[in-house]
Amino acid sequence: MASYDAIERQGYVMSTRGFVGRRPSDEVAQRLPPGQYRTEDFPVLAKGPTPCVDLATWRFTINHGPQPLASWTWAEFETLPQTIWRGDIHCVTKWSKLDTTWSGVTIDDLFQGASITPPSAYLLAESHDDYDTNLPVVDLLGGKAMIATRFAGAPLEAEHGGPARLLVPHLYFWKSAKWIKGLRFTARDEAGFWELRGYHMYGDPWREQRYTNDP
Amino acid sequence: MTADVSVAPARWQRAAIERIARQTPRVISVFLRTRLEAHVAGQHVDVRLTAPDGYQAQRSYSIASAPGAELMELAIERLEDGEVSPFFHDVARPGDTIEVRGPIGGHFVWRAQDGGPIVLIAGGSGIVPLMSIVRSWSAAEAKTAVLLIYSARTWEELVFRDELLVTRARDSDFGFIATTTRGPRHRPEDFDRRLDRSLLRGVLAQWGRSPRDVYICGSNVFVEAVASSLVLEAVPPGIIRTERFGGKD
Repeated sequence: MASYDAIERQGYVMSTRGFVGRRPSDEVAQRLPPGQYRTEDFPVLAKGPTPCVDLATWRFTINHGPQPLASWTWAEFETLPQTIWRGDIHCVTKWSKLDTTWSGVTIDDLFQGASITPPSAYLLAESHDDYDTNLPVVDLLGGKAMIATRFAGAPLEAEHGGPARLLVPHLYFWKSAKWIKGLRFTARDEAGFWELRGYHMYGDPWREQRYTNDP
Repeated sequence: MTADVSVAPARWQRAAIERIARQTPRVISVFLRTRLEAHVAGQHVDVRLTAPDGYQAQRSYSIASAPGAELMELAIERLEDGEVSPFFHDVARPGDTIEVRGPIGGHFVWRAQDGGPIVLIAGGSGIVPLMSIVRSWSAAEAKTAVLLIYSARTWEELVFRDELLVTRARDSDFGFIATTTRGPRHRPEDFDRRLDRSLLRGVLAQWGRSPRDVYICGSNVFVEAVASSLVLEAVPPGIIRTERFGGKD
């Protein structure tokens, strides 16, 4: 063991006897963050049952702490400017899905529509199943994130977070909260559901920030 | 639900394969000697394999052994188009070393102090983290009622079947109902059909307790069907924890 530790400290890893592996093409490999593999499937992960979200009573609310700043019904939300995003998504459970197409309302358009100037640097995305996840506000602006309501041209299915989920594709996908019901500005970077349970506070797949202690 | 910070070590560690045992036609147990911290029942580890040219593949595997067991047991199902599971089935042998990190996960976990009663529902290889819970419960001093409902294709494909039957025979607080979707049932209390809402309703009524927590693990299709059935049967969604693999179909 000791000799292995010494090797490990030097940054070498011994190969696994007999393991060959299945390499992706160079083009795909360039698009896969470290430790990820490509899936053609669209796996479903959630902490509990899929909640039943009724569009007739659906509301999307932006809060500053306990204070509501703006709120939309489904019909109102559907009138906001629609944006299409195409690209790759990366789940901390190690699958990546390439060339996905989503559409919805960017956070820039959402804030502009309600004349909101972010009152703090952090927020929690909050969901109908009591899930939440923390994000720096800057990571949602500049076209980097949206409230997605359609996937591959069709209304977003419930198992994938429909009717509406957050989409922040440059971070691991647990940050893209399913069944979203609102955003809450927080004074500090407050850990959300998975961030309280061993997962990284920021979650950049290209720096492989999977778990709490990852650099 | 209380939040527990489960801090995974950032460092990869070497682990030696001590033993490999066949469980069912498609599942083997791989016993590892590691220096990882003791896990909590329900957690998983990340496994990393490295090819001679430096190419690496990572996967997560649930831990089947009880917390504190001398060897860490992973039960690995062979996925025909898989990259990593065929290595464990066809190539790996005792004495080989792999890399592991963890244990990981702070939600789909059970500790003795969490109490119960608890309901565990497994589909196929979804039994693995639930087996760790059963073993952890079995070793605990203060016991609470546990009901395991386990669906597999056939009686032969019920992983850990014999150990579960022994636990059932030894402890009246442990309920074990099997249902097989492509083969006959073997005990009067078992079933030979899909785990649907009416089957769940009947089994829970027979058990006669209200669960404090429910853990469901299996393919997404299985978990989705079971979880939505339980919600329709008025089990509060907030007490149901799910762990899923695969997509919609």
